[in-house]
Amino acid sequence: MATKHSRASARIMISPAVLLLLGWMLIPLSMTLYFSFLRYNLLMPGMEEFTGLTNYKYFLTDPAFFAALTNTILLVCGVLLVTVIGGVLLALLLDQPFFGQGIVRILVIAPFFVMPTVSALVWKNMFMNPVNGLFAHLFKFFGLEPFDFLAQAPLASIIGIVSWQWLPFATLILLTAFQSLDQEQLEASEMDGAPWIKRFWFIMLPHLSRAITVVILIQTIFLLSVFAEILVTTNGGPGTASTNLTYLIYMQSLLQFDVGGGSAGGVVAIILANIVAIFLMRMIGKNLDA
Amino acid sequence: MARSVSTNRKLVTTFFAWAVGLAIFFPILWTILTSFKTEAQAISDPPVFFNFHWTLENYVTVQERSNYFRHFWNSVVLSGGSTLLGLIIAIPAAWSMAFVPSRRTKDILMWMLSTKMLPPVGVLVPMYLIFRNLGLLDTQIGLVIVLTLINLPIIVWMLYTYFKEIPGEILEAARMDGATLRSEILYVLTPMAIPGIASTVLLNIILAWNEAFWTLNLTAAKAAPLTAFIASYSSPEGLFYAKLSAASTMAIAPILIMGWFSQKQLVRGLTFGAVK
Repeated sequence: MATKHSRASARIMISPAVLLLLGWMLIPLSMTLYFSFLRYNLLMPGMEEFTGLTNYKYFLTDPAFFAALTNTILLVCGVLLVTVIGGVLLALLLDQPFFGQGIVRILVIAPFFVMPTVSALVWKNMFMNPVNGLFAHLFKFFGLEPFDFLAQAPLASIIGIVSWQWLPFATLILLTAFQSLDQEQLEASEMDGAPWIKRFWFIMLPHLSRAITVVILIQTIFLLSVFAEILVTTNGGPGTASTNLTYLIYMQSLLQFDVGGGSAGGVVAIILANIVAIFLMRMIGKNLDA
Repeated sequence: MARSVSTNRKLVTTFFAWAVGLAIFFPILWTILTSFKTEAQAISDPPVFFNFHWTLENYVTVQERSNYFRHFWNSVVLSGGSTLLGLIIAIPAAWSMAFVPSRRTKDILMWMLSTKMLPPVGVLVPMYLIFRNLGLLDTQIGLVIVLTLINLPIIVWMLYTYFKEIPGEILEAARMDGATLRSEILYVLTPMAIPGIASTVLLNIILAWNEAFWTLNLTAAKAAPLTAFIASYSSPEGLFYAKLSAASTMAIAPILIMGWFSQKQLVRGLTFGAVK
């Protein structure tokens, strides 16, 4: 039974975490909001003035914004498509009995632990480089022209790199979900003569739907903020071909020192992320009640 | 009941699973192999796989030219420091929410989670300015604070889900047997909580070690951890594949090993308990 005394001490025990996170949320966030209404460039100190919605007008009508928004959506959807489909197939495969299960599982999840800058640079130089990369050697071996991945298909190449990093995450979670599948139900349907595809479609996939939703939502949160992979491979280029929203705001704030414009972009990014977050929170919240 | 599977089918599955596993792992394997080659062999055409002259020269060069261990140490301090600080703040919070839940517990947990949804770039400008004005740019302490704050929701959540599994009746039984609060914490609670705390620590070190937004934007030469150090290799100067590989191998090896140990907890931590 919780007493009055223990309730009071419980409150004291929670408060540092709550206060710190509250500060972390409120202070920078309100600053971003405030700056977004100012004309404020770090190269022109002392010239700050209130400009209303001008920053938003410029940011939202900038052709780079539209390009970045499209790239962000393509990047998120592309990686989700590859990792969810690949993850389901891989989880199906790894869930079967075979020799060396433990080792293969370790090999498959390894990319998740590679830091983003390393995986981006390794792919950029040792695989996608048009002269010395392994893909270039492979193309030459088959008598094809080497392909300059990051110059000719920058966004697709980045989607590939990021997918490689996130495929293990999807696989691991879907595999965990597979393992809680009711085997007796499967066996019963098998005995009743249901073909494999029907068992997959009507029993396995519905069972996985929850896990797939979780994968999609959590990955979306992280994928909206892809940054290091773009910074070390293409710098957002050529032009804006591989600039996503995160990278565009970074350029505006820290390369052009436009605090006002960067902040307006930040507010836009927060609003977009929140749309996804609401769905995710609802799912996790439901789970908390159960 | 385990289903009986024909040996033939098992062999076919084995073949495919290993093929796919090795393909996914290949970039890492290739990086490790390249790190032991000379620069000339690293870009040789056709590529060499195992039959090259193995050398440790790249590891030595990377250390000599760029003071690699300083960045390695920065990574250790940042991930270790932020994990420790996070634990100190999170353990009491998760503890009281798990054992003395109130009407608001769920709301607090959900709100903490929502702070994790904030895209970092949304607060890049103010954080940069705050850091600049407080003289925290390119310092270890500044980054430890940021990394603690961004991972705090995950630490609280993970600990909460673990603590919740500790049955409250055991505590009551200990109390009935006359255990003092001190011995209750020392002999009953701590042993049951340690596995959960350990996996939280593991996951948090991994996340902090690989964090590559704040570390890239708030550090320069002095406090740069490995994520930022490796990024400096993005402008190629001459032959550098073997050295890039050596630096990369050293940067990912410790976390790769830790990650393999924590694969089960990973699912739980990263999905906030939504998938177990």
